[in-house]
Amino acid sequence: MTLSLLFEQLLNGLQLGTMLFLMASGLTLVFGVMGLINLAHGSFYMVGAFVTAWTAGTTGSFWVGLGAGILAAAAVGAVVELLVIRRLYHRQHLDQVLATFALILIFSEGTRWLFGSSPLWLNVPEALSGAVALPGGSRYPVFRLVIIAVGVLVAVALFLLISRTRLGMRIRAGESDREMIGALGIDIAKLYTLVFALGAALAGLAGSMIGALQSVQVGMGEPVLILAFVVIVIGGIGSIKGALIGSLLVGLVDTLGRVFLPSLFKLFMTPAEASGVGAALASMLIYVLMAIILAFKPKGLFAAND
Amino acid sequence: MKKLTAVGLGLLMSTGLASFQAQADEVKIGMITTLSGGGSHLGVDIRDGFQLALEQSGRDDIELLIKDDARKPDVAKNLADEFIQRDKVDILTGIVWSNLAMAVVPSVVRQGVFYLSPNAGPSDLAGRLCHENYFNVAWQNNNLHEAMGAYMQQQGLKKPFILAPNYPAGTDALEGFKSRYHGGELAGEIYTQLGQTDYAAEIAQIRASDADSVFFFLPGGMGIAFTKQFHGSGVELPLFGPAFSFDEIILGAVGEAAIGVVNTSQWAYDLDNPTNQAFVESFREAYGRTPTLYASQGFDTANLILSALETAHPDDADAFREALRAADFESTRGEFRFGKNHHPIQDIYVRTVVAGDNGQPTNRLVGVAVEDMQDVFVDECRM
Repeated sequence: MTLSLLFEQLLNGLQLGTMLFLMASGLTLVFGVMGLINLAHGSFYMVGAFVTAWTAGTTGSFWVGLGAGILAAAAVGAVVELLVIRRLYHRQHLDQVLATFALILIFSEGTRWLFGSSPLWLNVPEALSGAVALPGGSRYPVFRLVIIAVGVLVAVALFLLISRTRLGMRIRAGESDREMIGALGIDIAKLYTLVFALGAALAGLAGSMIGALQSVQVGMGEPVLILAFVVIVIGGIGSIKGALIGSLLVGLVDTLGRVFLPSLFKLFMTPAEASGVGAALASMLIYVLMAIILAFKPKGLFAAND
Repeated sequence: MKKLTAVGLGLLMSTGLASFQAQADEVKIGMITTLSGGGSHLGVDIRDGFQLALEQSGRDDIELLIKDDARKPDVAKNLADEFIQRDKVDILTGIVWSNLAMAVVPSVVRQGVFYLSPNAGPSDLAGRLCHENYFNVAWQNNNLHEAMGAYMQQQGLKKPFILAPNYPAGTDALEGFKSRYHGGELAGEIYTQLGQTDYAAEIAQIRASDADSVFFFLPGGMGIAFTKQFHGSGVELPLFGPAFSFDEIILGAVGEAAIGVVNTSQWAYDLDNPTNQAFVESFREAYGRTPTLYASQGFDTANLILSALETAHPDDADAFREALRAADFESTRGEFRFGKNHHPIQDIYVRTVVAGDNGQPTNRLVGVAVEDMQDVFVDECRM
């Protein structure tokens, strides 16, 4: 195990973490402000990726596609909030889970109906394809570095938005006391739609960028959604800071576990067995992490309403 | 008046009888396949290939019922029960995935219904659980991987790095590869998570190893993600794999990152035989796209059924089974026959991905990897 390989894997963990942050921040905002469990968050990720792939395919420009993907995800988010989610705020969590699960099915089949069942083509833009040399001699894809940079930018922007602006003040107020800010004359309905659309836009951004790296297909949002839920449970539901720390933790633990566990088992097993056992254990690792953290901090690392 | 009613009743009864007789002669085929959710393009192509063959036969006494299993074993099982008990089908077919096939096939064939697999070929059904009513028209799961192992050895590659998802078909793939590759030492062997879409960590390990080539089995979206990320990583090693990650639809989603990849398949659209040329042409005309191997498997399955129906009706199970076993039909793969476990003995070809006329990547036939390949489980089959 060389130092450059370790460094490269750290970057990979960081990249997975920042991508998860884009998903988890929206999820945790919606839960923190509206108290809503939104299983359909992965669908906005898918919408972002599909609209980006389709627009980039028609116009030939990834960047136009990216813009369209983010806007489409935000717009779809706002419409869904107005039509469906709005009716769920006062219902139990079970109702919310059922309704948003139905949304997943509707979105998946709707997307298949619109775009067909075969995966869409979307590639990394020409300017960002290729790899750069890392210190230590290995090479790293430029696009992954860009994803890390975008994740950091979004984290900073969210931090400024929430701590420095009037909208952020309302969001924080909404987190601590929903009834009171309504009573203070703030248009809570509009605030909810805005927050929901913002979360959807972030998911769309993640979907668009990851779609270029992976594959754009129906059902792509659900695996990410599960990870995002792990992140917000670890980080403390409703806390942006928790989402950031949680994403980085999950990203690093998952990536490094996948690489180092099999090599660890190789010390005392045959290679075939070691890779089997190592892979099985590595896929459990983040859930083990979650269990350990919850054992000591039942509300997550940075619970919002403490 | 009474007489009139009696005549009327008699007439009614006779028409009822006539339609009943027509039904008895009619053949009912139930197709359970994946038409929604992830991986549905496989099911869609199997269905389209199958329907194309039925249309071309011009027979109107075959009723095809199609249901979507959404890639869920329990749904597939329910649909099979419904087809057998309510619709009373003679033949079942269509299942794409091995885990669904294992849930459905063993009980179905024991109930006396014929099952013809247009895709999934799990090892148990070729060996231990083989059955006289079960026929596989595609391949046994390990075939394409074994062929690639043999081919990479022929090519003199000394240090392949191999990876597959950690599930039964994935371990079968790597075991199959290793059973025919003895040309050197593996540079590494990785099992990834099923459904994983980010391969940065694995690619870094490949880079850090001293591999001279990479063999991977990552079906569906996993393969798309891996090929794109591998291309972008700057690692310049030749890629090899079974055709599952390089059908024409997946190539469209991967783009130029796939160019240069070598893959094994039991069929290629540019395979030079008249049946195949006619099939590819008519498929393109009917559906406006180039068929995948799955479409060819659906087409072959339907033609095998049609050929057997020329000889016997499925109600005469023994005669129909013999007719299927004879495999007396024009396959798109050229020569085709069954081994004693009702799995194909066939040539496995090598294809490479090149830039097509319009710049889109497409497969081109290179040659034969293994001639007359038969699965290794045939000896476990007591039939």
